[in-house]
Amino acid sequence: MTIISRKKKEKIDRLAELAARDDERGVSLWQEAFRRLRRNPAAIVGAVVLGLFVIVSVVGPFLVPYAPEAQLWKGEIRVGFIPGVRAENWFGLDHIGRDQFSRMVVGARQTLLVGVVATMIGLAVGSLIGGIAGAAAGLGGRWGRAVDNVLMRFIDMLLAMPSLLLAISIAAILGASLTTVMIAVGTVSVPVFARLLRGAMIAQSNSDYVLAATSLGVRKPKIALAHVVPNSLAPVIVQATLTLATAIIEAAALSFLGLGNNDASIPEWGMMLADAQRYIDIAPRLAILPALGIIITALGFTLLGEAMREALDPKLRK
Amino acid sequence: MALLEVEDISVTFARRGQRAVHAVDGVSFSVDAGEVVGLVGESGCGKSVTSLAIMGLLPKQPGLRVGGKAVFDGTDLLQLDDRSRRDIRGRDIAMIFQDPLSSLNPVIPIGLQVTEVLTRHRGMKGDVAAKEAAALLDRVGIPDPKRRLKEYPHQLSGGMRQRALIAMAVACQPRLLIADEPTTALDVTIQAQILELLKDLVRDSGTALVMITHDLGVVAGMCETINVLYGGRVVETARRRPLFREPRHPYTVGLLGSVPRLDAGRGERLNPIPGSVRDLLPWQEGCAFAPRCTRRVDACVGEPPELVLAHDGRSYRCVNPAPLPGLARAADAPVPAKSEPAATADGTGQAAEAGTDVPAAGKPASGPVPAPREEEKP
Amino acid sequence: MTGSDVLVEVRDLKVHFPIKRGVLFERTVGHVKAVDGVDLSIPRGKTYGLVGESGCGKSTLGRALLQLTPPTAGEVSFDGVELTTLAPGKLRTMRKRMQMIFQDPMSSLDPRQNVESILTEGLQAHGIGGNRDERRKIIAETLDKVGLPRWALSRYPHEFSGGQRQRIGIARALVLGPELIVADEPVSALDVSIQAQVVNLLDELQDNLGLTYLVIAHDLAVVRHISDIVGVMYLGGLVEEAPSDRLYTEPLHPYTRALMSAVPVPDPDVEDRRERILLAGDLPSPANPPSGCRFHTRCPWAQPTRCADERPVLREIGGSRVACHFAEQIASGELRPHKVSAEIVRPEGEGEEPGVVSAPSEPGSFV
Repeated sequence: MTIISRKKKEKIDRLAELAARDDERGVSLWQEAFRRLRRNPAAIVGAVVLGLFVIVSVVGPFLVPYAPEAQLWKGEIRVGFIPGVRAENWFGLDHIGRDQFSRMVVGARQTLLVGVVATMIGLAVGSLIGGIAGAAAGLGGRWGRAVDNVLMRFIDMLLAMPSLLLAISIAAILGASLTTVMIAVGTVSVPVFARLLRGAMIAQSNSDYVLAATSLGVRKPKIALAHVVPNSLAPVIVQATLTLATAIIEAAALSFLGLGNNDASIPEWGMMLADAQRYIDIAPRLAILPALGIIITALGFTLLGEAMREALDPKLRK
Repeated sequence: MALLEVEDISVTFARRGQRAVHAVDGVSFSVDAGEVVGLVGESGCGKSVTSLAIMGLLPKQPGLRVGGKAVFDGTDLLQLDDRSRRDIRGRDIAMIFQDPLSSLNPVIPIGLQVTEVLTRHRGMKGDVAAKEAAALLDRVGIPDPKRRLKEYPHQLSGGMRQRALIAMAVACQPRLLIADEPTTALDVTIQAQILELLKDLVRDSGTALVMITHDLGVVAGMCETINVLYGGRVVETARRRPLFREPRHPYTVGLLGSVPRLDAGRGERLNPIPGSVRDLLPWQEGCAFAPRCTRRVDACVGEPPELVLAHDGRSYRCVNPAPLPGLARAADAPVPAKSEPAATADGTGQAAEAGTDVPAAGKPASGPVPAPREEEKP
Repeated sequence: MTGSDVLVEVRDLKVHFPIKRGVLFERTVGHVKAVDGVDLSIPRGKTYGLVGESGCGKSTLGRALLQLTPPTAGEVSFDGVELTTLAPGKLRTMRKRMQMIFQDPMSSLDPRQNVESILTEGLQAHGIGGNRDERRKIIAETLDKVGLPRWALSRYPHEFSGGQRQRIGIARALVLGPELIVADEPVSALDVSIQAQVVNLLDELQDNLGLTYLVIAHDLAVVRHISDIVGVMYLGGLVEEAPSDRLYTEPLHPYTRALMSAVPVPDPDVEDRRERILLAGDLPSPANPPSGCRFHTRCPWAQPTRCADERPVLREIGGSRVACHFAEQIASGELRPHKVSAEIVRPEGEGEEPGVVSAPSEPGSFV
């Protein structure tokens, strides 16, 4: 009887002093977000798709059975006779006799490259502008507001231009190439990142903990770097993931329009799609395969991005 | 026969991959016709969830389980289908929420929102409805009611919005009014206005009122019967005077000792309850308040304490209740001194106070209270 | 009072916020007079309580006192040093002597900092504690003072309960060893049972460390409980200031009386006996305050003479300071309260054009 009651007593005492363990380290917001991310099936699907995509595009080109530009059935291909799926060529041949499977794998690398570089350009330039504007607006004062105003009006100008038109103009100046596509797609996403980071930074600048840091006597630049920027990054990171998806689609669209790489030896999914449209009634797989590739990759990035948005949303935390 | 008889209501939120949260764990209370009943407790005690469950307003989500009975005038509200429940809601039972701005539709003028209630439940139309709406606004003390009818919620101050909401609630002369923290968002002087208005309305119309609040001062001024909730259960029920004069449950004692009183002298230390509201023991394993209780004995843990029925309709759920502060003395001095209930805390309060409100690591808090309103924008 | 007894002296402090309109070319169309001419002094080692309803400017006053919001006019002298004209660098070093505690313990703590980093930040900013070990020692002592366990150091704010978060906020203020602490609604975001813990902690810290507090709150009972002197604010100005007990036993200003009578007391006997002074209507907009006495539009004792056209100054009456022309007559019962009809008051920034609906931020549920 006494043993039982002592046990009970220990139990409440344990409850009263819940979690008084020295060894356990605290869980930061990032760690917690990652935990939530791992529990989300959408995130897992997205991550698996992207993982495969990245592996294929990095390792794939070294393992492909044929060179992507090698014309296997040279001279024998006619309109109306394009060899389909068979043992040697898993996805068949294309309209001039190149191995479609090898082209898809090598094209994945191009697609990933364009998406990543374009997003990086947008992220870097946009964050720089947005960060400076946000910090200037947060610091306040006449100069701060002026800097913020000038930068944001510039961003508004970029935003006012239709993205396709902007890309065509850049291509017109630089000539059609993969670089053009990267720059064009990147430029289009600059305003998104700039506005996002600036908005988040201004919101954070008005928060109580920034006021608390000021009242502690912490210098303003340190407050901006140590508090405002880290707390504003979450939406930017989410946006970057989502932008990767749109960048891939936009890059494909530009290549489709012939603004991209015109070197036929380096395949790219958008360009493959453009080439295939003439043969869509005889060999629809030539169009369907790159289209599927684009859709699945974009979907993977979008799924992961949305899952990250959910995981990082402070409102959804308990 | 009571107007509303709530029996053993329980609300459980089960989330995927997490332990189920018992937001309400067997709440019972009753409301007589025309009576003002208080539900008092701190955040997470289940007072709001109880009212939402009775009204059928809990957001429908997988994993939500509502059990028990809520018999209103012979019908069990929990068994009704959505449609008949909607009919009862507004006509026989009305509800007032804490945040009037999010309870009113921002793009529809006040007048239209009031007349819609009249049209739906009382079949009024056109000018008749408009006239009645103006009369209602006048009744709840909104100046210049005819002009206010055309205005939008954002054009009114917080106090006026709450009055407009009350006008909508009493539009159909309901028999029961449930007010969920109706004055928490308001300033004290406005709170006094609204409480006075509610008292008047209840007195004049004979409507029964369930007042849900965390403020002991508010219930002291207006409720006839008070239910104190802790951890999703009613731990003490008593008429107003006995509750404040002779609180029996240690939690009630603790609450009364925690509130600084306007009429107390400067320099008196408060007697806080140690720990935090998150330190709950599940009711199946004993008294939920045991981890914070200064009167805890061995019998508190193991099985949930039985409800003890005392005289005068009073009941409490405690195996070691606070002693009555001397029956003879209570007769001599009708107003007990401020520190008296807290004196039973036998000094352990001070020692245990520091740092005992530890985080509930890995344990879900006793429940975010879902309110039937949109999430506020950051 | 001699100069050395007074830690903070505020003279004619004003904080006006411009109301701006226009997209590209902003122009100022008016001012919100959040604080409009406040004089007060806080004795060393005492608690000054500032009470008032939302929008009365009490929080702005607290921030302006610490120079977190630049005052428009007036003087703030802290231990003989004039803060309003101090160079930014000097002000920054002064900050370690005056700290702040915030209302919402969650939003005032950076969610990405653990407790150790939160507490170290101030020490680093002021170069207190040369190395990591010394700083750790100071931090450990501070944790003991506020009753937090050592293992809290590696944890993040979201892992604590509300009461503990507020303890972290208090620790952050204490770690620099300040003389003055401005506590802005320190307990109003907490549960009732936790409020008492924090109030007691503040009391204890004052006893042990000789701190001076400016406690800002809307809850008169809390303010009265912890303050030696209480100042009552209404629409940007002090209407009454008195020692805590005197304010309760002998409120002189009509607004103080109304405020006092509106605070619910958890005692049915008191509640049934007391007389309520119900104020009509809402707080007028601080952008367009009433002329004369700011309170005259809602005052049950308002007189046709003086109240509407002459702004009363704080006068000393028997140990209290009160800004009312007729305080003596009201106290003696010579003047009787009368009925006041409510005026419609627009929420701030709204209502200029009744036809215009600002974009609704969320769809409300329709009952």
